[in-house]
Order: sequence, then structure tokens, then C-alpha cells
Amino acid sequence: MLSKRIIPCLDVKDGRTVKGVNFVDLRDAGDPVELAAQYAQQGADELVFLDITATHERRKTMIEMVKSVARQLNIPFTIGGGITEIADAEALLNAGADKISINSAAVRNPKLIEELAKAFGVQFVVLAVDTKYVDGKNMVHLNGGRLITELETENWIKQAEDLGAGEILLTSMDHDGTKAGFDCGLLGRINQMINIPIIASGGAGSMEHFTEVFQKANVDAALAASVFHYGEILIPDLKKELRGHGIPVRL
Amino acid sequence: MIGIVNYGAGNIFSLTAALERLNVKYGMVNTEADLEKYSHIIIPGVGHAGAAMEKLKNTGLIKAIKALAKPVLGICVGMQLITEHSEEGDAALLDIVPLKTKKFDKSLNIKIPHMGWNAVQHKNNSLFQSIEDNEQFYFVHSYFIEYNPTFDIASAEYGLRFSAAVQKDNFYGVQFHPEKSGKAGEQILKNFSNLSL
Repeated sequence: MLSKRIIPCLDVKDGRTVKGVNFVDLRDAGDPVELAAQYAQQGADELVFLDITATHERRKTMIEMVKSVARQLNIPFTIGGGITEIADAEALLNAGADKISINSAAVRNPKLIEELAKAFGVQFVVLAVDTKYVDGKNMVHLNGGRLITELETENWIKQAEDLGAGEILLTSMDHDGTKAGFDCGLLGRINQMINIPIIASGGAGSMEHFTEVFQKANVDAALAASVFHYGEILIPDLKKELRGHGIPVRL
Repeated sequence: MIGIVNYGAGNIFSLTAALERLNVKYGMVNTEADLEKYSHIIIPGVGHAGAAMEKLKNTGLIKAIKALAKPVLGICVGMQLITEHSEEGDAALLDIVPLKTKKFDKSLNIKIPHMGWNAVQHKNNSLFQSIEDNEQFYFVHSYFIEYNPTFDIASAEYGLRFSAAVQKDNFYGVQFHPEKSGKAGEQILKNFSNLSL
């Protein structure tokens, strides 16, 4: 049986890992390459690196960092942030990234999803969506939640799947940084709508929250940052807990 | 020493990085003469099987690869290439192992691609030496190789039972990515580099 994945997310700025509470208050949590190797050893199933400054500062994700990670890491990893064209994605692929995640660039140019899927296969293309509940609707937001779009989250995800996205990384901006649990309702609804894997993100504060999101929303993976970076949840403990609840994991 | 067939189908950085971590020496195979330089050959592969086959054809190495008598390991799409046919692009492949590569069927109530860690049941082939039964490996694919008891050396379940690894004579294939499958994956690469026929 396919295991449910646990994915630490490393937000990277200036080559260092950071995690903001609701994306504002940044704290330094270490060297990404070192952290990555440590997570692999602890039993993380996959890692996501997001260059959180990339979009509004228009910086490309650093290829050298990706290469150093690929040299050390024996599990898959995804790179996101600042990918706007095929050439960016190709450079990351050649540097050892298993997947890339796109967000704003896909909203501005949905055809990018199609082009990437055609060039590198759907398995390479993760669509990251930041969603916020506004006036009774789930709306797609850009730039770390600072900019609202006209897209409704459910419609956008469905469209992205049709265009060739291989996986969805859905972050609830209402839950992110709160440590009050994932948005199981929305995640569950979207999961029912699509036939590609979905990663839950935003709101993890305790081991129970992970159990809950797998049981209630049946997502394929759950992503978190600060609870892992600051050692509040240890991955081996988390996986034992999940297995205890009958959730398939890799131990 | 391992020769990696360099035909432009996907990312080999992670594979070479894994071999470096294991202190296994490797080089690139670009020409027929290069095939002679190495004791073991790996055919990597990511992406579209039909497109990968076209790229492999363009190298002019097909006849020489089919004639190899040394251990050969196809990884992911590289494994699919050693089969007879793929539904991906309705492509005729190397036809070394008489099996078919098929698309996962949505109606089995599974998500496609099959992405993530899945348990592998193996049959104690030397490629799986020191690997526990039900060890998990990292898979990412939308097409699979049909289960066949003659050639199967390891299988996994995703909607149906499919071949996670096959062998015919000196030709081996693994559907998962050993370079991304933690310690167990590294063990597979080590076992392959130690295979003698």
C-alpha cells in the first residue's frame, strides 16, 4: 500500500531556512543542506524548498544550493519560488530536483503548466496554491498571501489538473502559522474533486493534526515547517503515532 | 565500473550523486565503443517512454545494448524501455523482456501518477540482497509493467499488482528510483554494482 508522506518544508531566504508566522515574522532555523540531510535521516519522505523571497524580488532559486542538496540527499525533493519559464525548470531538473512547484507564474500564465508537463512529464509539476476564505469563497492568493486574485480555489485546481499538474500543494493562509490544525474541510472537498496527489499545508501544530488530516481529508501527504524545524514534533514519533492509528507510513 | 547510457532522457545528477556517495565509480556511455569500457551498464530514464525510445534510437546504440552480455539495469522509464511495448505513445520498445508497459487505470480508484513510497515484495534475487521483504521504495510513474511470474523479481500493489523489478538473463529493471529511495535504494545500487554473471 502506498504510504502517506510527511514533508518538512524549508523556506529559504538568502540561502538560510526561515519560517514566518503567517509569512511576516521571520526567524532563522538553519542551513538548508544540513537540515535536509538531517530530515532524510529522521525518516522524512520528501522535502520541499521554497524560496519565499523569489517572487516579489524576482530572484531565481539558487542552482548551487539545489546541487548541494541533491549530492547529500537520498530522498526526493521539490523546489519552488521564482520559476517562470521552461529554462528555469530545466536548470533545476539538471541540478537534481525531482519536482518543481509553481504558483504565481501559473496563475499569470496557465499555459506554463501545460508546457512544463509536456517537456518534463506531469510528475515533475507541482502546483502550489495559497488559498484564503474571503466573502464566503475560497480565493487563490499570490505573493505569500499578500495579493488576492480573481480565481476561486476549487476552479483553479481543477483547471490546473486538466492542464497537466501532477500534484497539488494546497496551503490554507487562514490556517498557516496558527498551529490550530489543517483545513480538513477544504482539503477533503478538493481531494474528492481531483485524481492527482494532494499535499496538505498550513496549520500543523501537533501530531493529532496530522492524524486528523489523513483520516478526515485522506490527503496523500502533509507538509509542515516550524513544528519540525524547532523539534516540537519529531518525525519518527509522528510516524509511530500515525501507524498506531492505522495510517500507512514508511518507518 | 558502471557506465550510464547518456541519451538525454531526464536527470542523471541524482543517480551520479548516489553512486558517488557509495564510492561506486561510473562514466558515461555515448558511443558503442564506450559500452566496452564498463563492467555494468545503467539505462536511466524519466518522462515519456515513447520520447525516451526515440532519443535512445538517435544514439544508434540500440543494437549494441540488446547484444550486451554484462549486467544491465534499467531505472524507471529505463526499465520500461527493456520491455516490448508501451501504451505511452503506443511505442515499440527494446523488446528484451517480453512484457508490456501499460497505463494505470483510473477506474481502479487510484490517483495517477503513482507517487510516493510503496512496499515491495521481492523474491530474493541477488539484486535485493540484504533488503527486507516489504521494504519501501520511492515510485513516481503513470505507466507500469504488467506482473508476470516468469520475469518478476519484485512486485508492488497499486490498484493492482505490478512488477517493481524484472529480470531476464543479464537484464534487470526497477520501476522505483533507487537513487531516491533512502538506504534501501542505495543498497540496490550497491548490489547491482556487485553483480557478477
